[in-house]
Amino acid sequence: MSVAVRVIPCLDVDAGRVVKGVKFQNLRDAGDPVELARRYDAEGADELTFLDITASSGDRATTYDVVRRTAEQVFIPLTVGGGVRTVEDVDRLLRAGADKVSINTAAIARPEFLREAAHRFGSQCVVLSVDARRADVPPTASPTAPAGAIPGSGFEVTTHGGRKGTGIDAVEWARRGQELGVGEILLNSMDADGTRDGFDLELLGLVREAVTVPVVASGGAGAAAHFAPAVAAGADAVLAAGVFHFGDLTIGEVKAALGAAGHPVR
Amino acid sequence: MSPSVVVLDYGSGNLRSAERAIARAGAEVTVTADWDAALAADGLVVPGVGAFAACMAGLRAVRGDQIIGRRLAGGRPVLGICVGMQILFGKGVEHGVTTDGCDEWPGTVERLEAPVVPHMGWSTVAAPSGSALFGGLDAGTRFYFVHSYAVRRWELTPDPAGRIEPPLVTWAEHGDRFVAAVENGPLCATQFHPEKSGDAGAAVLRNWLATLS
Repeated sequence: MSVAVRVIPCLDVDAGRVVKGVKFQNLRDAGDPVELARRYDAEGADELTFLDITASSGDRATTYDVVRRTAEQVFIPLTVGGGVRTVEDVDRLLRAGADKVSINTAAIARPEFLREAAHRFGSQCVVLSVDARRADVPPTASPTAPAGAIPGSGFEVTTHGGRKGTGIDAVEWARRGQELGVGEILLNSMDADGTRDGFDLELLGLVREAVTVPVVASGGAGAAAHFAPAVAAGADAVLAAGVFHFGDLTIGEVKAALGAAGHPVR
Repeated sequence: MSPSVVVLDYGSGNLRSAERAIARAGAEVTVTADWDAALAADGLVVPGVGAFAACMAGLRAVRGDQIIGRRLAGGRPVLGICVGMQILFGKGVEHGVTTDGCDEWPGTVERLEAPVVPHMGWSTVAAPSGSALFGGLDAGTRFYFVHSYAVRRWELTPDPAGRIEPPLVTWAEHGDRFVAAVENGPLCATQFHPEKSGDAGAAVLRNWLATLS
């Protein structure tokens, strides 16, 4: 029996509070990440992701506190990302109770960061988060890419929520991340993000062919029927935020749809 | 009275989850590398994430290998989790480098061969009849795994005279089959993370605590 497709809700956390309003009934405090984490755990989430969007470094202590309190009450894996810049940041999050840490912009500036983190803490807890979008012109391979790299895939790595291009080929970057030791790719389609039109299946397929580590599909989920095609395109896990938070879909409905399509679920 | 459990702190990973999950299952938990405390506890949990060689080095630095050996010699329960299970075997091979383990069981920890590695997520296990750890759990129950290496061949030869109770070996599959858990008198181990496996993991921890005398 093969490993179950993981269904992962993602919470955006700013200074210790969940943003992008969550509309669950019967919550004492809809802005409390710990209470929401417990709620998703009870609903059958296979893993949780916190994306820390705290702008002020002075407020980041609250993030560690949120991670700590969540890990004390929720006994499923927890991934934390956002603003992770140094090996010390990774260490602090793991010590607070995160099981995996996702790294994005800091790795673009210095890819060796991925190798250092994977070497020190193990590949299993280092996730490379890639914000990819279709490029107007195929990007050139990154300067760090080895000879024989995959040629321009048509997808580019972006920063600043998709607003800034980097010229780095997103598929090549995922492959390079694996080479540097990351244990998972969190693949965010900046084109699909927020559209609710479904995941970017072409992007998923290209990255699936390029890496052998697990790939988490993110961006575009809008209906229960969107998840099975993402798995068929190569996703090992599916992540969504808004559709879960706003109550449009439950974890159970997504799992039922995946199961009906023949994919194993927990 | 609640059993006392020490989670051995030898510099490996997220110990908070293990501490809290074992406490929730009903034990008095201390996270420490203290020799006397680790020997005195009713149960010792040996966690572990990351590389086999790094874990063995960390374990030896706190004389964890000797703590495990002393406890087992006295029939005192030990539970290894993830790499904390792997280091109980004879050796580990990573990137072509072989590292000696604690050698409580013969066998080699080697890389999984599967289309997608690490094996990251929730999988079912096949537990033998008579298993105490998996008592009361359905066959379809899933546990959370995250690992790139595993023991794929069980190499312990049964006692020909049949005087020694053979260990109970639980298997799981990723690519091919691998050892997911072992129950061998006072020495138990799981490749999956019971502390991250929700209610199913809590049941396994409660089952283990129930075996502590």
